[in-house]
Amino acid sequence: MSVTREQPAALSEAENPLTAGLERLPVPATTLVIFGATGDLARRKLLPALYNLAHDGALPQRFHLVGVARREKAHEDYRAECEQAIRQFSRRPPDATVLQGLLEQVKYVPGVFDDEGVYAALGEVLDEFQERAGEPLNRVFYLSTAPSFFPVIVEQLGHSELAHLKDADVRVVIEKPFGTTLAEAEELNRRVLAIFDESQVFRIDHYLGKETVQNMMAFRFANGMFEPLWNRNYIDSVQITAAEDIGIGSRAAYYDAAGALRDLIQNHMLQLLCHVAMEPPGSFTAEEVRNEKVKILHAIPQPTAAEIANMAVRAQYTAGHAGGEDVPGYVSEPGVPEDSTTETYAALRLEVDNWRWAGVPFYIRTGKRLARKITEIAVTLKPVPHLAFSHAGSLGVQPNQLVLTLQPNEGVSLRLGAKIPGTRMIIRPVNMQFLYGTSFLSQSPEAYERLITDAMRGDATLFTRNDEVEAQWRICDPIVQYWARAPGPLPHYQAGSQGPAEAGELLRQGDGWRAI
Amino acid sequence: MSRTDAVWSEQDTTPDAIERALRELLAERHAESESFVPARVLNMIVFVEDEWGGEIANRLRNVGRYHASRLLVLSHEPRRERLDARVTIVSDADPAPGELALLRETVIVRLGDRHLDDLFTIADPLMVSDLPTLLWFPHGHPDAADALLALAQAALIDSIEEPVWRSAIDRACELSKSLYVVDLAWLRSTPWRERVAATFDPPRTRAELALLSEVAISHHPDSTVAALLLIGWLSSRLGWTLEPARISSSGPRASCVEGEARAGERRLALSLRSAPELEVPGLAGVALASESGLRLALDRGPGGLRARRREPDGEERTWTLLGASRGEGGILGEGIRAALLRDPTYTPALRAAQAMLPDETHAAAATA
Repeated sequence: MSVTREQPAALSEAENPLTAGLERLPVPATTLVIFGATGDLARRKLLPALYNLAHDGALPQRFHLVGVARREKAHEDYRAECEQAIRQFSRRPPDATVLQGLLEQVKYVPGVFDDEGVYAALGEVLDEFQERAGEPLNRVFYLSTAPSFFPVIVEQLGHSELAHLKDADVRVVIEKPFGTTLAEAEELNRRVLAIFDESQVFRIDHYLGKETVQNMMAFRFANGMFEPLWNRNYIDSVQITAAEDIGIGSRAAYYDAAGALRDLIQNHMLQLLCHVAMEPPGSFTAEEVRNEKVKILHAIPQPTAAEIANMAVRAQYTAGHAGGEDVPGYVSEPGVPEDSTTETYAALRLEVDNWRWAGVPFYIRTGKRLARKITEIAVTLKPVPHLAFSHAGSLGVQPNQLVLTLQPNEGVSLRLGAKIPGTRMIIRPVNMQFLYGTSFLSQSPEAYERLITDAMRGDATLFTRNDEVEAQWRICDPIVQYWARAPGPLPHYQAGSQGPAEAGELLRQGDGWRAI
Repeated sequence: MSRTDAVWSEQDTTPDAIERALRELLAERHAESESFVPARVLNMIVFVEDEWGGEIANRLRNVGRYHASRLLVLSHEPRRERLDARVTIVSDADPAPGELALLRETVIVRLGDRHLDDLFTIADPLMVSDLPTLLWFPHGHPDAADALLALAQAALIDSIEEPVWRSAIDRACELSKSLYVVDLAWLRSTPWRERVAATFDPPRTRAELALLSEVAISHHPDSTVAALLLIGWLSSRLGWTLEPARISSSGPRASCVEGEARAGERRLALSLRSAPELEVPGLAGVALASESGLRLALDRGPGGLRARRREPDGEERTWTLLGASRGEGGILGEGIRAALLRDPTYTPALRAAQAMLPDETHAAAATA
């Protein structure tokens, strides 16, 4: 017996026939360079993510890692630091032989980021890896440094001719924050794009790497039942909440300069809004998905100074109780100036001026030291036009509400009206609930595992494009400026509470914030 | 609240009583804490010989996080007259406010030969409706398996456990006509397939696929079928025509199968050689050579696969493709997880491998 198949033609140009059916697609041979290689992000997230990719056999066939940081140290010392970080922060205990194999591919280049000599030394290491491999290796430069170094490093990469390579791809991954104002973001984009093409630039918003955010795309675009309702005719309002029960921990230096608006709303929460409001992309490619998100951001009017007082609220937490303990107020946190006017809570009411969403308020709020940790999107439908059960006792009838919970328990619930068992027609709301945790066997990979892999593969779908980041700033920048000009008195809320009473003033009559 | 299992058992019971007990135990747990919610991913039915049930229970305990959400173990003792059952509901975590504590259910039903004709009506009420169901018959019993096929969407098999290669491949082909087959022999080769695919992914190397002239696979002495599947995969993906192989040497721990494939005008030499030194099931190495003179080899090693590449000019490089061993527990866990996925390349690989099978009597002799 014999089985005959047609011979595929022009294999070098066709898709690789061997990748069909594989869950993990090949990743091109790559050298990853981490600037800020001894920093907190590298230790807690990047190095453990790289180990876990190695453990799963998901790193490229040829993979090398170069750490670049200020302090002078030997390769061996840096490898020992990597090992310690991986052992401490990996989501699973490391396999000794895999860890050893990974560490053997690590080198360290010391120096300050504006020193040309660092880039010459880096170039030598990269060439050495390439020579050893005997094939062109893609390069990914990961900027995990203080934001002030982003343009410095990018320009040095350009000057030292490391930003482009014959026969291989060079990419740069830039951590957040991408600017702290619109002007800074534009200036950073200008300086980055003077060296790199936009297709080489991967601006990280690690929220986009979370399974939960990607599930939103699946929820909206793989389920036909919601699409007919997903517009101003049926939806009354949208409420997006990212509440944390913890304070600022050891991040006072960063947080006091940033505040809640810059820390979460300008990036993560506007991305969530985009996922709720965007049109279905024609295909799930980076450009098409990002085109649709940018259209939504452009449809949100830039707030004027006159409007901001009525559409934005900020506040700061005072001492209170959380997790059964007394906790200090923000200005008493270690490292925070006593006279700080940084907001630890921010809430906005935004409009999306297009045919689908005109007139539907999008309420966004985030804060530290709130009653509990939750990230959710609540979509409230319009009430039924006529209620037949409008006698006493049926006051429990409420509009349907679809709640997408991103954390802690990722799921979808739908609030429905149901009859209370008994002889009378008395209605009360009940929840129909779906929890992702009950329906899948897999443990989600860390967001950074997904994002590092995508950057090495050149897939920018989960990264922010230059016009996207500027469009986000265009919405937030007037509020940042307005608040900077009006430093106080700041509204306050007690730690462990639902947030400031002033947040209620943003709401349209009849609307209410969901309980945190 | 502790993680104490909720347990119910009854002798001389009925499927109705077992199903009622499941419902009541779940309601009791939910009443204890709203954090307790049942996992609803996958039903799994395992038919075992009672005397070997402990070994299967051990294997299922070691699948890591990939447990079926409801596991029905049908434990067969030929002379048993009555049905006995035990239901256990266990949570992986203690309940905490705002957190989920997922519940998994295990139902063990002890039954005898007299119940085999009624297997469907015993198992059916104990499945969670609208969930995919995976069947596993680690101790054979094809008749019992056939009785339950209509309940399942996927069957878990391990082709290397069948000593006669043709029987293993024919059975897998037959099963694949009625449901999705998850073959552990295939899953063991996943890292090999991923790495071979990645090797030829760069466009400049991809052209070499059309020039391949030799494929040599070494494998555990009991894993010839796994090697045949890998050849079948290459053949089905690259459009080769496989011809029946010949056994060039045979023995209980060492055998060599040689064959040929045609790719248009080209002929490829294929060889499958057992590696007695390999202590775990699966593949030991894969070597590929092309007409251009390029030679690539992957060999099992510590911390991943050892790669060796020799260019046409003779220059040679070696390096390690990192990856941790999944172990046999991990492979079984992958098998359970794979029941929820669909790999469109397995059945074509299986059918292609069928074409390469050596004469059945010789194959049986070789593995005797």
